[in-house]
Parts: sequence; structure tokens; C-alpha cells
Amino acid sequence: MNFDFSEQQKQLRDEARRYLAEHSSPKAVRAVLDGAAPFDRALWKGLGGMGFLGVAVPEEFGGAGAGHLELCVIAEEMGRALAPVPFSSSIYLATEAIMLAGDDDQKRRLLPGLASGQTIGTLALFERPGNPSPRAIAATVAGGVLSGTKVPVADGAIADLAVVAARSGSGGRDTDISLYIVDLAGKGVTRKTLANLDPTREQAEIVFQDCPAELLGPAGEGWSILTRVLDRAAVLMAFEQVGGADRALEMGRDYALDRIAFGRPIGSFQAVKHMLADMYVSATLARSNAYYGAWALSTDAAELPEAAATARISATQAFQHCAKNNIQVHGGMGFTWEFDCHLYYRRANALALSLGSLSYWEDQLIDRLRSRNAA
Amino acid sequence: MNFDDTPQEAAFRSEARAWIDANAPRELEAQLSRPSVGRVKLDGIDIITASKAWQKTKAAGGWACLHWPKEYGGRGASPIERVIWQQEEGVYDKLSGVFLIGQGMCGPTMMAYASEEQKRRYLPPLASGEEIWCQLFSEPSAGSDVAGLRTRAEKQGDEWVINGQKIWTSGAHYSDYGIVITRTDPTVPKHKGLTMFFLSMKTPGVEVRPIKQANGGQEFNEVYFTDVRIPDAQRLGAVNDGWNVSLTTLMNERLSIGARVWTGFSEIFAFCSDFMTENGPALDDRAVRSRLANWAVRHSGLKYTSYRSISALSRGERPGPENSIGKLVSGSMMQDIAAFALDLQGAAGALTDPELAEAAGQFQSMLLQSPSGRIAGGTDEILRNIVAERVLGLPGDIRVDKDMPFNQVPTRGRKS
Ligand SMILES: Cc1cc2nc3c(=O)[nH]c(=O)nc-3n(C[C@H](O)[C@H](O)[C@H](O)COP(=O)(O)OP(=O)(O)OC[C@H]3O[C@@H](n4cnc5c(N)ncnc54)[C@H](O)[C@@H]3O)c2cc1C
Repeated sequence: MNFDFSEQQKQLRDEARRYLAEHSSPKAVRAVLDGAAPFDRALWKGLGGMGFLGVAVPEEFGGAGAGHLELCVIAEEMGRALAPVPFSSSIYLATEAIMLAGDDDQKRRLLPGLASGQTIGTLALFERPGNPSPRAIAATVAGGVLSGTKVPVADGAIADLAVVAARSGSGGRDTDISLYIVDLAGKGVTRKTLANLDPTREQAEIVFQDCPAELLGPAGEGWSILTRVLDRAAVLMAFEQVGGADRALEMGRDYALDRIAFGRPIGSFQAVKHMLADMYVSATLARSNAYYGAWALSTDAAELPEAAATARISATQAFQHCAKNNIQVHGGMGFTWEFDCHLYYRRANALALSLGSLSYWEDQLIDRLRSRNAA
Repeated sequence: MNFDDTPQEAAFRSEARAWIDANAPRELEAQLSRPSVGRVKLDGIDIITASKAWQKTKAAGGWACLHWPKEYGGRGASPIERVIWQQEEGVYDKLSGVFLIGQGMCGPTMMAYASEEQKRRYLPPLASGEEIWCQLFSEPSAGSDVAGLRTRAEKQGDEWVINGQKIWTSGAHYSDYGIVITRTDPTVPKHKGLTMFFLSMKTPGVEVRPIKQANGGQEFNEVYFTDVRIPDAQRLGAVNDGWNVSLTTLMNERLSIGARVWTGFSEIFAFCSDFMTENGPALDDRAVRSRLANWAVRHSGLKYTSYRSISALSRGERPGPENSIGKLVSGSMMQDIAAFALDLQGAAGALTDPELAEAAGQFQSMLLQSPSGRIAGGTDEILRNIVAERVLGLPGDIRVDKDMPFNQVPTRGRKS
């Protein structure tokens, strides 16, 4: 059994960690937080230059042709460094959707730009409060043009293209949904950045009015493709969350060793020790579950749906748990703008809501376990 | 990343599988496959008799205590081979329960500290299940704080005379031997005055009194020592070095990684799939699904954490600290799962008769058994301390008695 990353993959992780420590420093993250720019353009360019963005894209389409395990280790480091870039939108969602469902021409046309970072992509799915559901989609494509409103769209105002889930028939069935590629610089697109929990990542509303839309994948199969894209993204996002959870735990541990109260380090109080021990437990469970997801993703295993849901739930819980208790360990300092604790707290909670929230993935997991048990 | 065996591991696995196919007590398979909590009960045959028979067969075939050297009754197998064996042994590993303490804790201590002659005498029958061993560490006033124990051993000539009381000794009532930790010098700080011995449970002056457990069962005991005389040759490790000896025992456990994770998750999932509420199967209920999903990921997290450790073993490395979370997660999970299953049953959840109770009463048994999982082998609180201190590097608790001569340490035992 070799349920671990290879030496090479671990080296890649170290390389990404070093790169991000330098280029996605807390100072750089704070520049985006304070509104200097909607994302860190220099970092994004640099990540493209390092080959990190296209690591899982085949060479013939401009990527490094490594694989998803490599992408997982990079995702973990992105989460750890709170990289203020549209990595998840562009790579886990748009790139994955096109790799999964695009025809040869689309892949040839679009993947090289996504892999280099020249093009930023995103997924435009949500329209109203609630979890992913075909019934919640009203945006419609008729005669090759798309109309409707998507909100929120992660990185929607900075992306160049969006994969859009829209209604291609008149019924309310899953089979009336198709995916489309839409050029966000084209006519009929109106975008507005929205205030959100985590200002280090952009969120937008996009209004489409008679925008040219190019079908991605077979018509009427949009929802099933989307489900698969979300599963793949869930595994990658889980790594990002695990990276964030680990860092929040480390920050809490370091502070507990440093801060003195009642004449001793606060890390010598059991209430604090046990809180940190519990953070370690959830971070460890989440990491092991994320590895399970990585295995399923990289081998296209039949268990991918349940592995993805498992990884996603566990990582969401761990990041939220570690981020909130990291603040608790820091006391008043943890509640200041100046300390970085709130950056992790914001990111943890924002990521928990992207891709469908906990309740959605809980439902998915139970359905999937049930059908496997029935089989 | 893969779950595949190396060719060598695959060869070992098929050899193990073939041997189990040919030799396992098939007639017990159905009974052993039933969910069970705590002690396994078999119809028509005593569990100890059945366990001893299977252990003896394994020993004869060279499949007992795989990781022990051959000359002591083992197979000289690698840690990963031991894991593969456990995976293949499947439900028959329920027949290993009574040997767990002896083979997992007492054996390795003997291996490290007994004389060559003693090892050749005692280890093979321990491996083959002919002799069962118990661990006599805890005392009324020394459980978590086991170094605070008071059972005295005094040297008289070439003998030691032991007086005192042990408690919670699992299996003492059917054990042949035990390892016992005693105080040999009360005038020095508590960790520095302890000495370890082994002895026959039939030594004059040893008296075993069963304790009735909270769940009505009777698995652990009080063991009284009244002028028990044993030769110095039964000392394990140096005089007053017993604390280090006990640590060796406990360290050994780090390398034994359970091949199977048991949390009660499959049981509760199956139950919720079948159990009908007035709105249909419990599994369709939003609140039920949320609880189950939460347990599903904890179960899976433990399973894949153990796979990570197994992978380290497979590479010939020592597993990392991640494995230390196991009991901390599964202990309270079982307790929560049991309570939840009963909650679904409403007032009928209080019934324990297997004929009447839902799911043959398994969750009622689990409810009553599960508190012990959070106490035995280190309480949840002690385990959190261990994670905080050894894994995260946080300071140890303040120990007011650490440098004080033991006979000046204040104490208060149990009252009842
Ligand atoms: C089913 C079962 C089988 C057992 N089998 C054996 C056996 O075979 N051999 C053997 O030697 N022992 C055995 N034990 C004993 C077991 O190891 C002890 O019960 C356990 O270590 C706890 O010790 P205690 O009972 O004295 O509780 P205490 O140590 O008195 O603990 C009481 C409470 O105080 C808490 N506490 C204690 N110290 C601390 C601390 N430093 N920080 C925070 N909280 C603390 C504990 O967590 C617990 O909640 C068994 C116990 C059980 C339940």
C-alpha cells in the first residue's frame, strides 16, 4: 500500500510553499483585503510562470501534463497561504469543466490560456440563495444566446470566461440544463463586484442579456456534467481547506507557546491544550479524507462521488473548526483587524459556502452511500 | 498513490488467505459476523475455549504473533505483514480479544527485559494462547496517574514480597500470568521508585475478585496481593526503573496499527436505512442524514488515517503521530451513535431484551458498554494531553508532585 504522495509530489509541495511564502505573504494578502486590487495580478502571473496553474492540463493543451495529485498538493499550499487569486474558480471549476466536457476544438482554443493564466475562468451557477439544484436555474439559452442573472459568481468580475449552467429546455428537469461557455468581455454582459465575507476573494453578480453562448458538452447533460465537475472541485477545494486548517492550527499553537498569562504560557492550560488537540484531530481526519479524495480523483475511481463528498465535508468542518478556535486561542488579539486570524476565519467560512454548503454535501454523501450499499 | 500491495505483499496476502480458508473455524463465521459490542458471546461454546482453539491452530501453522521472532513463537514477519494478516483474518480476529493485552503489552515487555531462558519458556505459550496474561498496573488511587501507585514490593534475601491492591485488571480471572508494577522506594519522587515484575496468577497470596461492571458484565477485577513472594529473577528491568519499563510497553503499541476501524458507523447506517419512522425510512430525514454524514466522515477519516500509517510501515518507516487520534475519535463516537439510535426508537429504545429491542438490542448494549472506551487504555483527557504535548509540543501540565518524595505526596482514593 502506498497511500501517500510521492517524493516528487512532496517536492512540488515544498516548492509551492516556498514560492507562496514569498509571493503570497500576509502583506500581499492584505493588499487585496484592503481593496488595492480585486486580486493579486502579479502573483497570478507568477503562478502561471511557475507552471502551477496548468499542472493537471495535458501537455498538448499547454499544460504541464503532470496530474491531479500534483494539483492537490498545490491547492493545499494555496489554502495555507490564503493566495488572493482566482485559482479555484479558474482551475478547479472552469478548467476541469472544459477538460471533462470540451470537444477537441474547445480544449485547443481555451485550455492553453487557462493553463498559463492568460485567461481567467469561472463557473456561473448560483442564482438565488440555496444549494446547487437544477430547479434553481432560470437563466436560459434560446437561439444560441443566453439571458439571466447569476449571483454570486466567485471571481466573476475578474474572469474572462465563464462556464454557465443554463436552461436549454422549458421543463424543470435535470435534462433541461446544459453548460455553455460565455465570453465575459462580450456584449450583453454586465458585472458588479459584491461585498462579501472574504474580500481577499472576489464575488460578483453577472447579468447576461442575449449573450452569445457556446455549448459545452452534450445538450441536456449539463447537470450530470456539473455534478462531476463539482465532485472534482470538491476534492481540490478540500486540499485548499486542509492547507488553511493546518496553518490556523499552527498559528494557534505558536501563539499558545508564546503568550503568557497567570505567569505561564497559555499553552500550559488544559483548556487551551485540549482545544488545540481537538483542532489537530479534525485537521488530521480532514487530511486523511482529502487523500482518499485525491486517490479517487487521480484514478477516476468509481468511488469518486462518495470520496469527494467525504473529503469536502471533512475539510469544511476542519477549516471552520481550526479557524474559529485559532481566534479563541488568541483572545482579544484574535479579534483585531491587525492579526491574521480573521483572514483564515473569513476564508474558512467563505470556502464552506462555495460549491454547495455543508448541508448539500451531507445530502450528497448519504445518497451516494445509500446507493453503494444498495448495489 | 495507490492501495495496491507490492508483489511481495501480494504473495504474503495470498498465502495468508489460503491458509485461513483452509483452517479457520468456519462453523463460527456467521456468529462472529454479527455486530457485537464488548465481549463476544457465542452460542454453544465458551469464547475463551473457541479463542484458544483458533490461536493454537494459528500457532501450529506459524501464524500467531506474526511480528515476533520465530524462536519465541512468532513468524519474524514485518509490521506490514502483520497488518495484512489482520485484514485477511477478518471476523476471526474477534477470537483474539482475550490475548490482546498479553500479546500486545506483556509479551513485548518480556521480550525487552526477561532473560533468554524466560523468553523461551514464557513467550511461545503466550503466542499460542495456551497461557493468558494480564496487565496489573492500575490501582484505586492510581489510574491516569499510574506512577502514583502504592502496591509495595520489598526485597527479602533473594525474594520480593508484594503487598497491595490492583484494580480494573481485565481478564485477571482467566489469566495465568501477569506483569505487575510496584513501588520499591517510597522515599524518592514517584516515577523513580517503581519496579516491574512478572508472576504467576497462582502464586500464593494473589487473590482475584471480579468487579461487576456498569453494564452488568464482569470483565475486570480487583487483585489483592498479600505477602506474595516471588524470586528476584522475575524482575523486569532494573530496580526502581519500572517507569521506563512501562513506557517501553506502551511505546510498542504505537507500532500496532489496527487493520480495521470500528466506530459503530456501519451499524448506525444500516439501522437508519431499515428503521421506519412515520415519514418513511429514517435515512430520508434531514436531521438524521446530517448526523450520519458527520459520523461517516469521522469513520472514513480514521480508516484513511490508518492507511497512511500502514503506508509508512509498508515503506519500512515508523508511522507518524496521526495514528494517536483513533480512540479519541471512536470512543465518543460510539457513545453518541448509541444514544442517537435509541433516540430514534423513542420510549421503546429503553428495552434491552434482544428479542424485543430494535436491531436485536445492539445499540442498547453499545450505550451501556461505550463509556468504557473513553476510559480504558487512557482517558479522553489524557489522550488530549498526549496529542497536545507530544504532537503539538505544548508544555506539560504542572505537576506539583513531580519532584516530591512519594511518601509526602497528598492522596485521596475512591470512596464508595
Ligand atoms: C474496561 C476497562 C478495562 C481496564 N483494564 C485495565 C487493565 O487490564 N489493566 C490496568 O492496569 N488497568 C485497566 N483499566 C484501568 C484504566 O487504565 C484506568 O481506569 C484509566 O487509566 C483511568 O484511571 P482511573 O480510573 O483511576 O481514573 P482517574 O485517573 O481518577 O480519572 C478520573 C477523571 O479525571 C480525569 N483526569 C485524571 N487525570 C487528569 C489529568 N492529568 N488531566 C485531565 N484530566 C485528568 C480523567 O480523564 C477522568 O475523567 C481498565 C479500565 C476500564 C474501564
